[in-house]
Amino acid sequence: MTLFGERVPRVEDARLVTGEGRFLDDLGQDALEAAFVRSPHAHARIVDIDVTDALDVEGLVAIYTHEDLEGRAAEPLPLLIPHPTLTHGRTPYALAKDEVNHVGEAVVMVVAGDRYAAEDVCDRIRVDYHLLPPVVGIEASRGGGRLVHDDVPGNVAAVMVQETGDADAAVDAAPRSLELDLAIERSASTPLEGKGVVARWDADDRSLLVHTSTQTSTSVRQAIAAKLELPVDRVEVVTPDVGGGFGVKIVHPWPEEVLVPWAARRLGRPVKWTEDRREHFVSSAHERGQLHHVRVGYDDGGRLLGLSVRFWHDNGAYTPYGLIVPIITSTQLLGPYKVGAYRVEFTSLYTNTVMVTPYRGAGRPQGCFVMERVMDAIAADLHLDRTVVRERNFIQADEMPYDQGLVFQDGRPLIYDSGDFPATMARLKDLVGWDDFPAFRDRARAEGRRVGIGLACYVEGTGVGPYEGGHIRVETDGTVVVSTGLTSQGQGHQTMLAQIVADELGVPFERIRVTTGDTRRFKYAVGTFASRTAVMSGSAVALTARLVREKALGIAAQALEADPGDLEIVDGHVRVKGAGGGTVSQVDLGAVAVLANPLRYAFDEAAGRATQFAAPADPDVAPVGPGEAPGLEATGYYSPTRSTFANGMHAVVVETDPDTAEVRILRYCVVHDCGTIINPMVVEGQIHGGVAQGVGGALYERIEYDSDGQLLNASFMDFLMPYATEVPTVEIDHLVTPSPLNPLGVKGAGEAGVIPGSAAIAAAIEDAEGITLTRMPISPSELFHLRKERLVEPVETTEGHT
Amino acid sequence: MRETVRVSLTVNGSPRDLDVEPRRLLSDALRHDLRLTGTHVGCEHGVCGACTVLVDGTPMRSCLLFAVSLDGASVTTVEGCRAPDGGLGPVQQAFHECHALQCGFCTPGFVTTVTAYLAEHADPSAADAREAIAGNLCRCTGYQNIVAAVQRAAELSQGRPSGAADPASGASQ
Repeated sequence: MTLFGERVPRVEDARLVTGEGRFLDDLGQDALEAAFVRSPHAHARIVDIDVTDALDVEGLVAIYTHEDLEGRAAEPLPLLIPHPTLTHGRTPYALAKDEVNHVGEAVVMVVAGDRYAAEDVCDRIRVDYHLLPPVVGIEASRGGGRLVHDDVPGNVAAVMVQETGDADAAVDAAPRSLELDLAIERSASTPLEGKGVVARWDADDRSLLVHTSTQTSTSVRQAIAAKLELPVDRVEVVTPDVGGGFGVKIVHPWPEEVLVPWAARRLGRPVKWTEDRREHFVSSAHERGQLHHVRVGYDDGGRLLGLSVRFWHDNGAYTPYGLIVPIITSTQLLGPYKVGAYRVEFTSLYTNTVMVTPYRGAGRPQGCFVMERVMDAIAADLHLDRTVVRERNFIQADEMPYDQGLVFQDGRPLIYDSGDFPATMARLKDLVGWDDFPAFRDRARAEGRRVGIGLACYVEGTGVGPYEGGHIRVETDGTVVVSTGLTSQGQGHQTMLAQIVADELGVPFERIRVTTGDTRRFKYAVGTFASRTAVMSGSAVALTARLVREKALGIAAQALEADPGDLEIVDGHVRVKGAGGGTVSQVDLGAVAVLANPLRYAFDEAAGRATQFAAPADPDVAPVGPGEAPGLEATGYYSPTRSTFANGMHAVVVETDPDTAEVRILRYCVVHDCGTIINPMVVEGQIHGGVAQGVGGALYERIEYDSDGQLLNASFMDFLMPYATEVPTVEIDHLVTPSPLNPLGVKGAGEAGVIPGSAAIAAAIEDAEGITLTRMPISPSELFHLRKERLVEPVETTEGHT
Repeated sequence: MRETVRVSLTVNGSPRDLDVEPRRLLSDALRHDLRLTGTHVGCEHGVCGACTVLVDGTPMRSCLLFAVSLDGASVTTVEGCRAPDGGLGPVQQAFHECHALQCGFCTPGFVTTVTAYLAEHADPSAADAREAIAGNLCRCTGYQNIVAAVQRAAELSQGRPSGAADPASGASQ
């Protein structure tokens, strides 16, 4: 029986449900602890830092400012993803040098015996600031009247254009056209565990061991080595259990990822920093805030002829992650459609707010919102069913692979590898009962209720390169140890990868141990983002398992005096095909592992079988032949030429309260195509969680700054993440169109659930209310005011609701 | 020296004495003095529920309690929710079976909360189960499978067979 496609319960769970998980703050119990003095101002010059009152706090170990940093640690943090159009990229210093550019920027680092003492010290440090005028919000920034960075004219970090054909001419010449202004507000990943770092400097070995709650341990390792000017082989980075990431932990090195190891080396003692909730809100990263202006031309049947989009992206105070978010919006906006001529231009703007980097979906929710609002607007203009307009513009299954003619976020062509959008739509209509909805709406209205239905479609570029790898070794006791370099934040990678190895290698699932995100085990990797683990590490591990299998068959063939082609591996034993389980005709993989490593010394009983006098050997054959290596192990890599593209469609039924304007979700339906599915239980869990974040983004979550750049809702009291009572039950149907690009046919499922949330829910509210929605999220009070502003008569006036 | 106060309490059935500063949070005392790191701290202002422990059987937010206020109390953490034989307790087993956790950071707070809830509600409906967990935040699962796990845990607690709790048929809204 194969495990690929099975609902295998997770191996991660046993430790996590019992409190035996090891998250960052569970480690380094005896380490010194760090806390930071952070800027209370959005934009200011640092005049003076006075630590006098802090010096007698019991437990104080050290106070550091930028002046204490030396060499490359004193330079700005790296610009991780340069791009030719990012003409004015700016990154922060690990500790602010002269100027602060957002509330929360780290100014002083304190190290003390514990966090309580460290915070006592922070309270007594006085920083004098000369206030500068803050720039908050896209409108303020694009005016350019005030500057965030003196040397960035107009606050413009980048302007980027991509086009296929002459979109503006196509719009102008089209029989019909529309213009829309559409906005999405700021939100944030908000994992329940914040960031954190523990660093141990081994003075004897002159090496660093760093644990950090990251989505990329290999790149953090390189960054720390560079910043601390250490040989990279003197630095190892381990990712422990991570309490959620959702994008924010892909950014690196965070100031603390440089400063904590730096202080540990300088002090010769372990140092730890655990981010608290307020710190996470004001000093990590946000996403989503964009304004879009759209011109679209189409024919009388609703077929797109041209689409011209300009949008403004608020990148916050710094751009360490380059232009990834707006590039994704500008390319993934196209969704499953042929839009005719297309032009997109975005301007990435600085503001005195927390920087913007990917949050699950990473620019796609905005692009999906724009495209799907356009589709609904065209349907309304032409009095066509909203599904019909979409169907008329779908790329067809027989047009795959389909080249959209643009460059994607990985620098490679935007070519959809697979998908059957008409089939997906047909399934969604069935699942939600699209054609029966008008009758339901009429019945509801007759009862004085307002209900509406909306839908949204997306295509998600997943599994971006450049590569991932895997290492698999069979131990002499038959245990199979697997490692891959990318990290895990709850996606069940240990289970999913073990399923793949169990099938490929023919070993029991229970014998497999998977490690992720530990540079001591695997040093080459990119990271966990862009729904890429199943595609990248899944494929890499599968290919590696095939190498190990081939090696095992070769060694076993000698032992069994058989041809490798006549052998199979079943349940951890190599045997002659069809020979059953007799001891003569089979050898277990542990024994093969022993034979794979010719030995001189019998350090244990099993090893004795591989020593030089244990068995007669051919005197003319080297124990380890040319091109061979000892050990039953292999390292393999998977590197695709371009991304896979998952897709899906969501439909939502909402009810709005005629009096309070509260929005209740009655049904939430998802049809999802992530290619072949390794573990449906895990994939469905990813969809559930994504939908919950989509609902949050549509109805509850927004990062609110005032005009002075103060974050008004930097707590869970005020930043409204949904509880169980706000999240609907999700109904799911899968469509499987395997990717032709990788050996497993998988396409990735991590982010998809969140992407169409705002688009679909906006459409459903619009349908219920008869009010056009152009910005999300929407709160009950905003909907209430929209009702008043637009003087729309309540739809059920005949029933006496006024 | 910072002033400390002696506190005697029972944690997961074992008597423990602690010398803590009056300002020390129960969550920190559990995690860093007793090294019971299963209790997690997600917000430190009582909203997320990850730090929920049982104080004399009642769910409380350990990040909002000072350890000094627990003198004489009996505290149960997620580590204390195991089965008597050391295996997974019914709530822990149900979370595993129903895929009711992903990153697992919020899970200890759910396990303690649900343990207390089931002590008084033997057979919750899906809607009841949803209400029971509505004070805890989870950023990964969308709660659907947690609702199913509450019902499955009720089955396991009473030795009833599997079946009534299906993750795909959670509470409809």
